[in-house]
This record gives sequence, C-alpha cells and structure tokens, in this order.
Amino acid sequence: MIEIKDITKTYKTGDVEFQALRGVSFIIKDGEFVAIMGPSGSGKSTLMHILGALDNPTDGTYFLDGKDVSKLTDDELADIRKDKIGFVFQSFNLLPRTTVLRNVILPLIYDGINPNEREERAKKALVLAGLDEGHFLNLSNQLSGGQIQRVAIARALVNNPSLILADEPTGNLDSKTSEIVLGTFQKLNKELGRTIILITHEQDIAEHADRILFIKDGLLEHREPHIKRIAKN
Amino acid sequence: MKNSDLLHETYSALSANKARSGLTMLGIIIGIASVIAMTAIGQGAQNSVSASIESIGANLLLVMPGAVRTFGGPSGGRGGAQSLTVADADAIASQVSNVAGVVREVSAREQVVGTGTNTNTNIIGTEPAYLPVRNVAIDEGNFITDQNVASGDKVAVLGPTARDDLFGAGATGVVGQTVRINGGEYTIVGIIVAKGGSGFSNADDVIYVPYTTAQRYLSGNKYLSEIDVQAVSSDVATLVQNDVTTLLLTQHNISDPTKADFNVLNEASIIATASSVTGTFTALLAAVAGISLVVGGIGIMNMMLTTVTERTREIGLRKAIGAKKSDINKQFLVEAIMLTFIGGVIGVILGWLISFGVTQLGILQASVSLSSIILAFCVSAAIGIIFGYYPARRAAQLSPIDALRYE
Repeated sequence: MIEIKDITKTYKTGDVEFQALRGVSFIIKDGEFVAIMGPSGSGKSTLMHILGALDNPTDGTYFLDGKDVSKLTDDELADIRKDKIGFVFQSFNLLPRTTVLRNVILPLIYDGINPNEREERAKKALVLAGLDEGHFLNLSNQLSGGQIQRVAIARALVNNPSLILADEPTGNLDSKTSEIVLGTFQKLNKELGRTIILITHEQDIAEHADRILFIKDGLLEHREPHIKRIAKN
Repeated sequence: MKNSDLLHETYSALSANKARSGLTMLGIIIGIASVIAMTAIGQGAQNSVSASIESIGANLLLVMPGAVRTFGGPSGGRGGAQSLTVADADAIASQVSNVAGVVREVSAREQVVGTGTNTNTNIIGTEPAYLPVRNVAIDEGNFITDQNVASGDKVAVLGPTARDDLFGAGATGVVGQTVRINGGEYTIVGIIVAKGGSGFSNADDVIYVPYTTAQRYLSGNKYLSEIDVQAVSSDVATLVQNDVTTLLLTQHNISDPTKADFNVLNEASIIATASSVTGTFTALLAAVAGISLVVGGIGIMNMMLTTVTERTREIGLRKAIGAKKSDINKQFLVEAIMLTFIGGVIGVILGWLISFGVTQLGILQASVSLSSIILAFCVSAAIGIIFGYYPARRAAQLSPIDALRYE
C-alpha cells in the first residue's frame, strides 16, 4: 500500500526557488491500477521520482508497505528500488549489445541471486510480459519497439516488486503497439494483482487504468469519476 | 553484486568498444614494455661491464706509475711517470703476505708487420705468471717461458684479433712464423684464447713478448709500466692493497702518501665505480620509461571519463533498478584496473620479447628480472586504481534522475 501525505518538493537553482509539488496526498491500495495524469510542468515527473524512491520529498511522508521512505539515504533508497519497485521508461533504457535475458537478469544481479535461479525468474518474467521465447537470446538492439518495451516490463517484474512504475511507457510507440503494451499492464494487474502506476499526459492512455489522479501546478485536482466516461464518449 | 558478475559486466563493457579499449591499453602496454626492456638492458649492461672487468683476473690489484687517478681501467698505456721498477715487483713478491702472484708488465703501442699486412697494436711485455693472474689461456703453442724472460728472447704470443689482422681471419699455422715489431723480428710461439672484445678495450688485440725484451728493444729503459698483484682471496685484497702501498712508499723514499708516484687500483673498487655508473644509467632509462607509463595512465583516465559521460543513461538505469553507489564505483574501477592489468600482462610479454631480441641480436645480454616483472604488475594495477578512481567516483555520484534524463 502506498500512502502519500502532504508531499512537497522544492527545487533551488541559485536564489530561485521552484515548488514542483505543493502538498499532495493520496492512497493507492495493493492491486490497484492508477494513472497519474497531468500536462508537462505539472509536477507529475517529480511525483514519479518520489514514488519510485529516486528522490526524497522536501516535506511530507511517503509510506510504502508501511515503511516510511521519505527520509532515507541514497543507499537505503537504492535498496527500496531493488526490492519494491520496478521501472518502465519511455525510452526503454535497455543495455545495448546485451541479450534480452541478460537485460532482465540485471536487477537480480544487484540482488545477489544465484545464476540458475535468476535465469529461471527472468524467463518467467519474459513469458508474463508476453515475449516469445525465440527472442530471449537476441541482442536488445535487434528487437522492435514493442518487443523492447516488453523486455523492459519483464525487467520491472523480475524482482517481484510491490509497485510497477511506468513513466510514459507508450511515448515512443505507435498506437497499435501501445495498445498491446497497455494490454500487458492490464493483464498483469487483473490476473496477477500487480499494483501499477502509469504516468502519462494523454487521456486515452490514462483511461486504461482503473483510476486517474490529475495533477496540475503541483497539486491534485479532484475530478469526478464520470468525467472520464463523458470524455470517452 | 557478485565478483563473477562484476567480471562479466566488465568484460562486456570493454569488449563493446574494442578499438578504444585496445588503444587505451596500448599506452600501458608501451609503458610497461619499456620499463621491462629498459631495466633489462640496463641490468645487462651492468652485468657485461662487471664481467669484462672480472675477466682481467680475480682479486687483482693494479699498481700503476704516476699520481693517483680517480678512475682507470686496465688500458695498458704507460703512465705519465716512470717510477716502477723490477726491484719494486721483487719486493712485493718477497715482502707482502697473502699474495698469490706478481706480474711485471711493460706495455707499448707499436706498428707490427706480418706477412705483407701490418697493424698497430698493444705490445705487452710480461712473464709466465701473467696467464694465471690475468685469467688468460693458451689456444695454440706456448706462452712466454721463464727462460725467454731470463734471456730476453724475441718471441711473441698473439691475441686472436692481432693474429686475424696480421695473417687473415682464422688463419692457422701461424705458430713458428715471424712478425716484425719496431724493426726487430719475433718468432710466434703461441696464440691465446679469445676473451671477447666487449668492455673498455679489446683484450684480444694484443701481442705478448717477454718484459725483458720489451725493456731492451721497445721502451729502452729499466722501468715497468704496470705491476699486477693477485691477492689470495677477495677478503684480503684491501689488506694487500695497503701493504703494497706502504712497501712501495718505503721503496721510493716517500713519506707523504699524498705525494706517491704510483697508485694501486683495486679491482673491486673499479667494479663498484663502473656498477654505480651503469646503475645510474639504468635508473635514468627506467625513469624515462616510467614517464611513458604515467602518460598511459592519463590515457586510461581520459577514456574512463569519456565512458562515464557516454554511459550516463546506463548508470542511471543501473541505479534505478537498485545499484548502490558502491556498485557503480566498483564497476568502473574494475574496468580501469582490468584495462591496465591486461595492458600490463601484454606489456611484460612485449618487454620480454624486446629484451630477448636485443640478446639475440648480440647487442647486449639483457636480463629480465623477476622483480621488475612483479613491480610492473603492481605498478599497472596501481595505475588502474589511481587513474580509475576519479572517473568511477564521478559515475557513482551521478544522481539517478539526472542520469536517466541525460540525452
């Protein structure tokens, strides 16, 4: 369970202060599929960094599975990311000239898992992400965009995280491939009960989630759920 | 992260850009190879100098006429003063203890005529004891006998180079023929075994005659140009040197040792002087090679910094999936160490090959020492750590957010 309370984040550049988040609070339960939506500059990237334990908030608390992760050191944050969070990025960020399997194994290497077990887990994750077994030993730069993003999803899954955080996962994909990737997320959520947070600025992408949190100028906007349905029609 | 995984990551990172890794390594290879080769050549030079000095005879003291010289090799030339006599040599032989042999020498440079050819060579007037004391062996015929010395016979023993110059290279049947030295006709009675020409002068370009003959026909006086004294062991060489000095001072009626009209050179001190010269030379060579090693190290640092910038996104990703600062630090440090270590191994092999080539070409008997190989390995690993530290730290300090955002 994710519990965010009065999170603020202020960036300082010289004497200029910029408040990216101005007191955000929400709760996301286990097994939810939530989209965080907002225009660029709204603070959604900053929120994603804090949710993903990449950064500390300036103020407020963030409980992840009951543990306060808002005031941890860099190394403690690294451990949280290793154990509890899986990332899917817009630009995929696979290691080039490295096999698909090795890319998925990578998080387990930092976890010190032994070679046989991690290969098993990586293969299982790849199957769950919907990649054909024939591609496992391909180099990552030999795959199509959709296949690459599935590898990235498998990499996010492989450490059994409490939370999968997808940052504009379809930003570099065409609409057809996007549908397949979003379908994969839905499947992971519905069938495996994974908690997924999808960050996007596109309404139709966000609508694949069960719930949408709108963010604007560093604050959550409360919109009625039916707006989503009206917008769809 | 396990060590095997660390090595795997390092291997794939280095092999991803083979050309660049190779060129960077080249700096270390050249540095290490030149350190190995230069110290081997320097060591070889030192050995060769020591060997050629030792080849003039063991535990030898050379008594030379004239004032004390700071450095003098066994070059035959007559000193500025004529002060040593046969009586001095007799006194040394009879009054100084721990002496294994005393050899009288009269040397000159003369034009020598053989069968139609002629050469300018060293003439050394000496006596039979010369053979054991100066470590010389007879190849053919005989050396000068006591009888020859007593009667001042015109007999000559040729060095191999002198024989080659006078009768043609490798000429046989020379014994029994005659050569003309300073107008006199000398019968050749023997040829000595070649000693090798490396060192200060060619010990084979020489003609030996009885010293009495040399005094009578070549120098025309009763003086000696050198007395060789062989101590019974190296332990007593200094003692004998002091005794000889004291004795000769008395013989020559000189009370102030600083005004001595002769000097006694100890072979050990000659070797020490020569060794210190070649040692300095070796150190100089190694220092120059060491500079190239440092330049190679800077090349490593340059490449690692470029790599860190290039792989900023990768570093960000690794951090996002749970790599700690220490993991990233280790990874880049190991990459640098791996580069220098592999470079070090290749450099040692290359340096050894260069030393081998120098030896094969007969330039010098280069000797690669184990200590220089161990030192080279340690230095190359140390260079990896020193020059890899800063880039690795830069990589580890990158914030994962900035690193992921980096285009």
